[in-house]
Amino acid sequence: MPHRHSLTTLRDMLRQREISSSELTRHFLDRIARYDDLNAFITVQEETAMASAQRADKHLSNGEYGPLTGVPIAHKDIFCTRDILTTCGSKMLRNFIAPYDATVVERLADAGSVLTGKTNMDEFAMGSSNETSYFGPVRNPWNRERVPGGSSGGSAAAVAARLVPGATGTDTGGSIRQPAAFCGLTGLKPSYGRVSRYGMIAFASSLDQGGPLARSAMDAALLLKCMAGFDRRDSTSMAHDTADIDGALKINLRGLRIGLPTEFFDDSVNPTVLTRVREALAVFEELGASLVDIALPNSRAGIPCYYVIAPAEASSNLSRFDGVRFGHRSEQATNLQELYEYSRAEGFGEEVKRRILIGTYALSAGYYDAYYLKAQRIRRLIAQDFSKAFEQCDIIAGPTAPTTAFGLGEKTQDPVAMYLNDIFTNTVNLAGLPGLSIPAGPDDSGLPVGMQLIGQFMDEGRLLGAAHRFQQVTDWHQRAPEGF
Amino acid sequence: MTWEIVIGLEVHAQLMTHSKIFSGASTAYGAQPNTQACAVDVGLPGVLPVMNREAALMAARFGLAVGATINRVSVFARKNYFYPDLPKGYQISQFEIPVVSGGTLEIHTPEGEKTIRITRAHLEEDAGKSLHEQFHGMTGIDLNRAGTPLLEIVSEPDMRSPAEAVAYLRKLHSLVRTLEICDGNMQEGSFRCDANISIRRHGDKTLGTRTELKNINSFRFVERALHHEIERQIAVVEDGGDIIQETRLYDPERDQTRSMRSKEEAHDYRYFPDPDLPPLVISEADLEQLRDELPELPDARLARFISDYDLGADEAVQLTSQKEIADYYENAVTKADGETRLTANWINGELMAWLNRCNTAFTDSPVSPTMLGQLVKRIQDKTISGKIAKEVFQAMWNGEGSADDVIASRSLTQITDSSAIEQVVSDVIARFPDQSEQIRAGQEKVIGFLVGQVMKATSGKANPQAVNDILKKQLLN
Amino acid sequence: MSISKKDVEHVAHLARIRVAPDELTRYQEGLANILELMAQMQDCNTDGVEPMAHPQDIALRLREDRVTEINERSSFQKGAPLVEDGLYLVPRVIE
Repeated sequence: MPHRHSLTTLRDMLRQREISSSELTRHFLDRIARYDDLNAFITVQEETAMASAQRADKHLSNGEYGPLTGVPIAHKDIFCTRDILTTCGSKMLRNFIAPYDATVVERLADAGSVLTGKTNMDEFAMGSSNETSYFGPVRNPWNRERVPGGSSGGSAAAVAARLVPGATGTDTGGSIRQPAAFCGLTGLKPSYGRVSRYGMIAFASSLDQGGPLARSAMDAALLLKCMAGFDRRDSTSMAHDTADIDGALKINLRGLRIGLPTEFFDDSVNPTVLTRVREALAVFEELGASLVDIALPNSRAGIPCYYVIAPAEASSNLSRFDGVRFGHRSEQATNLQELYEYSRAEGFGEEVKRRILIGTYALSAGYYDAYYLKAQRIRRLIAQDFSKAFEQCDIIAGPTAPTTAFGLGEKTQDPVAMYLNDIFTNTVNLAGLPGLSIPAGPDDSGLPVGMQLIGQFMDEGRLLGAAHRFQQVTDWHQRAPEGF
Repeated sequence: MTWEIVIGLEVHAQLMTHSKIFSGASTAYGAQPNTQACAVDVGLPGVLPVMNREAALMAARFGLAVGATINRVSVFARKNYFYPDLPKGYQISQFEIPVVSGGTLEIHTPEGEKTIRITRAHLEEDAGKSLHEQFHGMTGIDLNRAGTPLLEIVSEPDMRSPAEAVAYLRKLHSLVRTLEICDGNMQEGSFRCDANISIRRHGDKTLGTRTELKNINSFRFVERALHHEIERQIAVVEDGGDIIQETRLYDPERDQTRSMRSKEEAHDYRYFPDPDLPPLVISEADLEQLRDELPELPDARLARFISDYDLGADEAVQLTSQKEIADYYENAVTKADGETRLTANWINGELMAWLNRCNTAFTDSPVSPTMLGQLVKRIQDKTISGKIAKEVFQAMWNGEGSADDVIASRSLTQITDSSAIEQVVSDVIARFPDQSEQIRAGQEKVIGFLVGQVMKATSGKANPQAVNDILKKQLLN
Repeated sequence: MSISKKDVEHVAHLARIRVAPDELTRYQEGLANILELMAQMQDCNTDGVEPMAHPQDIALRLREDRVTEINERSSFQKGAPLVEDGLYLVPRVIE
């Protein structure tokens, strides 16, 4: 049962020729087909996957391999893939075949990975439950009546159900970490600028980061190393090498100061979630870390601040979907205005439209100062809070989300309740910091609880290292949902 | 006239980079539609802008040349609006903090030098083109031009007449070409102008309501379009009406301005800093280097022409009005044996007339600076007269070779041998006894007639001064 | 900080999104709820705080002025809604 093995183990097995990439890819493709009721994939690339697996086998038999040669993976359908459907979960792009590869796609292909398909997601990454997808909701493998989280819900469900050993996601306000938490995975949002955004369909450009969803910190580190690095095509890409990530996996936690923001441990959080997080922190203490109370006084303003900045940027980023050069074009338009208005009204789903409208409002004449500029000032205060906190600690820990996976349809009628899911994650995006979610055990009904570790800018190595040490002495990350 | 005219200009100068401002696509003009629009220019999902260093340096070079402040840190912002030739639904421009702030330009007016203040100059990307013809009632979109770097140069409302506006525009045109940041080709749209115009009663402190005039893309149109708009505004106000703030389009075929209703809708561009582009920083080292490399500017060249070449202000202004003319002059003068003024006369006169007549650019003149300089030298050393020189010039224009070639092949060398001239003069006096008698009787004006006869008899090759002298000697002594 | 139907219509027009008359109330309520959430920002004192547009403190990286792109028109226009002679077609634009 090869799907039981971690990505790193599978990579080693391939190198040692214990299994071929063709066998492995076939195995995962079969699982994808078998569990298609999860609706984790929008596109499955069976033929091209098998062809690239055969190429990988040839390389492996010649002893030539890259860091991921022959390892099947999946991409969130927000990454452009040449000659492959790239929908971003939207009717707008339901027929869009991207004419180029995103940098992340190119890098993971260069590393030798085998692309099995494109995973489902909230439309244009706007959502926390994967229910805004034009292609229907994704089900959580831990409980099919629950959401997998979002917006990278398809990738999270696929990795949790062992349909692939690892997948890519993107995180604008928690879209990697929250689904990782809901699905019992290790998910990393890297520092802003660590992973190229080129070819990643933009939601909110100053917040978006691509990152890995995997089963362990070690697997996530391996994927990150292949995805990350300077890209001349992205002006916000940082020239920062990834050598620190390997080294970090060997770190000793003795003396590590973990900051606990009082604001993250209040009674808005589900008590079981808090209990699991505290238990996990106790493990970190046993490993030599010390816990310090810290304050992030402006974190309460994070939600409104985020829900101004992200929609404002989105309203502009999504203007290019106008029915002229690509994407949906309305049949009923008789003039240019109608072409725009109908194409966009028909092509976008309700949540996307709501965010475009609110973002347009926040930028419009007369409201810019009160909303957009105010939010940008709060953003600085939030970033300053983190800087001050990091004078007292090395990493910050808390729950990833206030609850475990909630029921399908439970929050779809109340957008604001849905937004509150991001309360512990989106401040990290506002500050551009790395954030990692790791499994911390089950809640009362067996659903995974996620713990978030937040690091200093470009210090994801330390996060991965701390998580790796934790995962060496715990096995929450190895738990699979029943039946998978 | 009780009205004071107030004009401010916004000029869009396309910067002469090889590649676009935010992509590596070519900026060459005239390619097949959409063949020079790369993924970034088309605004495909997921693409990102990466700034062209040369465009930033060109903007800074302009700023230095007009004595402006180069903002060490400037910010790119998104200007959001929907239009089919704007692929992303926003234009990347600069709003709150442009790369260049302030600066001035001196213009030459009949009343003397006048300073026009420049408000700002900012970098932005050009849009594509909409083609309204030939697609069965639809509009075709070509994005080749999308992403071409533009420097938008905004003046203060300091101009008080269409003539001043034209003078400013010409000065700016000459400057950007001297700086080699813009080719100035108005036909291809490399140098475009919008004008803000208002009128007010003399002595009023506040500005009147202005209209924005678009599509005035030749020097000729600018003056006409401004005149029309001013007359229209005066007529409206004198009829007791109010000027509406609006965008108007100049239609050169009908020679009138009309309101652009499609642009009337209240603009709300929702500018905000582009999250894809961190702030543009121009380093002190770059500025230092740009300062060192700054070419001689039109004003300095004008001053030098007046002092070094002993030219009058008007002819110097004309010669320095375009970089190419000034270059031509300086090249020609080195061959003209110090005849600085004569060379200037020939350029501003004969050469300019031929270029205009044949609609030829200075750089394409069949008479090169060297050829013109040699021609002037032959006038100066009296090989030919000024009159014969015109014939030689025409022959050179028509490709008959250098001045010396033409003089030799057409045997145009001036007759300076006075005995030969004296013989012809004696003949002419004999043939025109009446006129000769009139001259002897004191009617010296008639001498011109006899000079003409001598010139005719020598096919113009006699030196007119010598003929004159000899005639006087024979008749009056 | 409530939002009127007229505001919704104005914003929808700016964003070029058709909102049908029967959807107007729904959008109005949705936006009003979000605006209520946004109003929480007012609790935060931001006097003297510089707005933060980018999460990184870096200067714009500049690229050398070189042509690096080739003509990919046919690939870009393969999936385009309406193209003729290499041009993207839209309903006639009136100026």
